[in-house]
Amino acid sequence: MKRLQLPLTSKDIKELNAGDSVLLSGTILTARDCAHKRIKELMDEGKALPFELKNAIIYYAGPCPAKPGFASGSCGPTTSSRMDVFAPALLDAGLAGMIGKGEMSDEVRKAIARNCRVYFAAIGGAGALYAQCIRKSKCIAFADLLSEGVYELEVENFPAVVAFDCYGKSIYDNE
Amino acid sequence: MRTVDTQDIEELIYNMALSAGVSLTDGCKSALYAARDSEDEGAAKFALDTLCRNFEYAEAQKMPVCQDTGMAIVMLEIGQQVTLKGKLLKDAVNSAVRRAYADGYFRKSVCDPLTRQNTGDNTPAVIHTDIVEGDKIHITYMPKGFGSENMSKVYMLKPAQGTEGIIRAIVETVEVAGSRPCPPVIVGVGIGGSFDTCTLLAKRALTREPGIHSARTDIAEIEEAALMCINRLGIGCQGFHGRTTALAVNCEWAPTHIAGLPVAINIQCHCMRVKKEVL
Repeated sequence: MKRLQLPLTSKDIKELNAGDSVLLSGTILTARDCAHKRIKELMDEGKALPFELKNAIIYYAGPCPAKPGFASGSCGPTTSSRMDVFAPALLDAGLAGMIGKGEMSDEVRKAIARNCRVYFAAIGGAGALYAQCIRKSKCIAFADLLSEGVYELEVENFPAVVAFDCYGKSIYDNE
Repeated sequence: MRTVDTQDIEELIYNMALSAGVSLTDGCKSALYAARDSEDEGAAKFALDTLCRNFEYAEAQKMPVCQDTGMAIVMLEIGQQVTLKGKLLKDAVNSAVRRAYADGYFRKSVCDPLTRQNTGDNTPAVIHTDIVEGDKIHITYMPKGFGSENMSKVYMLKPAQGTEGIIRAIVETVEVAGSRPCPPVIVGVGIGGSFDTCTLLAKRALTREPGIHSARTDIAEIEEAALMCINRLGIGCQGFHGRTTALAVNCEWAPTHIAGLPVAINIQCHCMRVKKEVL
């Protein structure tokens, strides 16, 4: 199990291979369907995003509301393939990688490889355990989208598996 | 005749919804433990172990097992000897869902299909009512997540495709879904009826515990054969390969038209959260 501190360096990314188990600590940003649509619209119009995309890790997730005394409600990954249409442009614009669940398209895999990025798979359906890894949660954009807004999460020892590595390899391939 | 106040239905569904969001069924838990224990070391075993620890922690903390606390599916079988009084039944069900999603700190996941504007309280619920014999009300409640719902399909097969065609359709649906619906999945299959009723049969099939087969022998054989083929696909937990891609295949059936063989396949992820009560 590799422990990684975010933000990731190129050296960190080059040492990751599809199938490796990792524990991530640091800051990640949530964004899912509706937030991606807005990010794309802003990018298409040449406008600034309400957060720094460069070197960020986007977590495809929409948390439950936090109970009193908890930093976050349940917060597991959502199906990444719905973001296939958005991910390549974000990776080309400097996004360091994504966390989600399930396969993504070949276009995404190529964009990961050409930019030397990484796609992590979190364990889908383990939302309660993931909430335990979240130390702080703050909505930093698109609050009107409720759980679909962009949340900045401070995570500690967040378990994930390298799904697509920077060498174009995928954990989902049949050996 | 027996008179039931819809307020009592609301209270019962409220409690079922609160409990369903934070706990899996006993059959689902047993199936996940068994899958974990049968898996070789590696990513799939790690993922299965994580899922088992997750549902144990969620239940202890009364925290949603999965952040996708779903659309609320409510199936009501109302005895013909029952007279309802009080607020409209539909309003009572929606009120129960609205209160449970607020009080349980569940995610509100229902929105307009085009504008994508969230309704803010997870209503409306999906309500199926059926009039049956007797003076009781049988209530089945399940929150249904959409990572798995999105991978569901309807096939209008030709009668000549028969049993083999049905099994092929089931296996193909799970194969195409791959890692995306959070395998290991539970597969609900509706066989027969019409275009609309086969999908409801498939949903009803998802309320049956893993490991319990259809009472009809030829249907139970389809369940077993399809499950065996699915678990040979090698997709495995989360798509990390391994032995268990599905925990169960459950089929329900109804008579159909001489010209057709509708088959609906409704996918459920490993978070089977079904509650059943009788009022």
